[in-house]
Amino acid sequence: MRREETRGRARTPSEKRLSELILRLNSRAKSSVLSIQEYFVLAWNSLRFIFARPFYTGDVIQQMDEIGVKSLGIVLLTGLFTGMVLALQSSVQLQTFGATMYIGRLVAGSMIRELGPVLAGLMVAGRVGSGIAAQLGSMKVTEQIDALNTLGTDPIKKLATPRVLAALVMVPVLTIINDVVGIVGGNLIASLMAGIPTSLYWRTVWEQIISGGFTFGVIPNDFVQGLTKPFVFGAIISITACFFGLRTSGGTEGVGHATTKTVVTSSILILVVDYFLTQLLLSILAAP
Amino acid sequence: MKPDVKNRRDTDRKSGHVRAAIRQELAADAREEHHDPAPQAEEGKPVIEMQNVSLAFDQPILEDVSFVAREGETVVIVGESGTGKSTTLKLILRLLVPDSGRVLVDGEDVTPLTFEEALKVRQKMGMVFQGAALFDSLTVFENVAYPLREHTDLGEDDIEARVREKLQFVDLDPDEVIEKLPSELSGGMRKRVGIARGMANNPEIMLYDEPTSGLDPLTTGTITRLIMKLQRELGVTSIVVSHDIRSVFRMATKVALLHDRRIVFFGSPEDMAATEEPYIRDFLGGL
Repeated sequence: MRREETRGRARTPSEKRLSELILRLNSRAKSSVLSIQEYFVLAWNSLRFIFARPFYTGDVIQQMDEIGVKSLGIVLLTGLFTGMVLALQSSVQLQTFGATMYIGRLVAGSMIRELGPVLAGLMVAGRVGSGIAAQLGSMKVTEQIDALNTLGTDPIKKLATPRVLAALVMVPVLTIINDVVGIVGGNLIASLMAGIPTSLYWRTVWEQIISGGFTFGVIPNDFVQGLTKPFVFGAIISITACFFGLRTSGGTEGVGHATTKTVVTSSILILVVDYFLTQLLLSILAAP
Repeated sequence: MKPDVKNRRDTDRKSGHVRAAIRQELAADAREEHHDPAPQAEEGKPVIEMQNVSLAFDQPILEDVSFVAREGETVVIVGESGTGKSTTLKLILRLLVPDSGRVLVDGEDVTPLTFEEALKVRQKMGMVFQGAALFDSLTVFENVAYPLREHTDLGEDDIEARVREKLQFVDLDPDEVIEKLPSELSGGMRKRVGIARGMANNPEIMLYDEPTSGLDPLTTGTITRLIMKLQRELGVTSIVVSHDIRSVFRMATKVALLHDRRIVFFGSPEDMAATEEPYIRDFLGGL
């Protein structure tokens, strides 16, 4: 108020509203930029601590179990039904061209390059991301994070790093399982519904894998694409979950918000990053 | 509704016992206090010092706060809710950094320390949180052993011995609680495990954030006596945040009263009781 009095003339209400709006926008923008900075600081620290003592090996193994082994069920189901529906849809589509024998190619290409990583990522984001956010969030609101700090432990090193490391390892593993199960599911439908012999199906799968060329002369480019993505998605899921979990405030309600934000943000990030990563990988892999 | 009425009647009947028990407790305290060495003179070395500390988030929390806790003293910080009492503890632990002023622990200014250096300084201090803040995925044993595993090279046998010793110190039966998860304990037991964890590393400083809030009068008495026992037997310097005036007068060597972001009184409980300052009289009147 005092500041206004020093000005030459009183401002009209609309001017006042405008300046308030600008101020609000300004503070919103500042806090968003700050959040993004904090996100990357957390990402950097949790990755850096993978190589710094002390190593919480027990926690890493426990998280691998939590993130990897316990997600196996949903990933198996996701993979199986995705592969089956892909085979079903493509058998109908390909029939119009009389090309049903290429079902294997289509299923393998879609699973390995796109659907395997993205769907495994989304499922893990829903199951594991929410779990991490809820756990760290409740630890935050019950002062357990402060307690860690007080007991001389860096909470990022103790809590975030093991989760990030476990996700970096386990999401690619889950993706491979997802891919394999999906292609097997496709095989099932191709032979049952479209009458494609299993040997033919697998031959076309193989054709698809080698058709994309090789990196270093041995690793099929499809695999490079299909394994770079889950690695990145694993980082996105775990870092996003730790980020929202560790900055939880406002009691149990805050824990709910943190969980929701984690699932929404990491799912969207997965889909957006997937597009740009695909474009990048295609341009790199096609270069030579 | 019926069980409620019945409960209330039960409580009424019991309250006579409770009052008798409180009297007994106070008498026990008086006996223990009787054996106390004479209160330490002013010349003890300063262990925790806040010098003109100010802190603001969206609005000012603390302004120009100064006090000293000398070796072996128990400084109790009192004040209305939301006056920055817990914030003061977080400043001492350097979980927060003041906007201006200095916080000295053992003569060392902790404000300019890096995160890693601060982790080291915190090892000198044991903190007991308001809700105990036990790690709920770990058993009581693992909780108390946590600081030992983190910062000492003790073998498993030594760790177990130390954990049992600390649990016994806080009047818990180690065999009974050691394998339990925090969720299986009562509030008072959790607080005691919290104290055992805080003192596991034999810190020279103990900080308590509302150690008796949410506890029944008897357990409040037990926890208060425990804090006094720690100070008496181990000579630790303690900072206690509390608004339980009765226990304040039992354990404090100094009282700091926070009001309107500032310390309006700092001195012995006797001086506080004798003061004519209207706000302090009002505050104590809430007894």
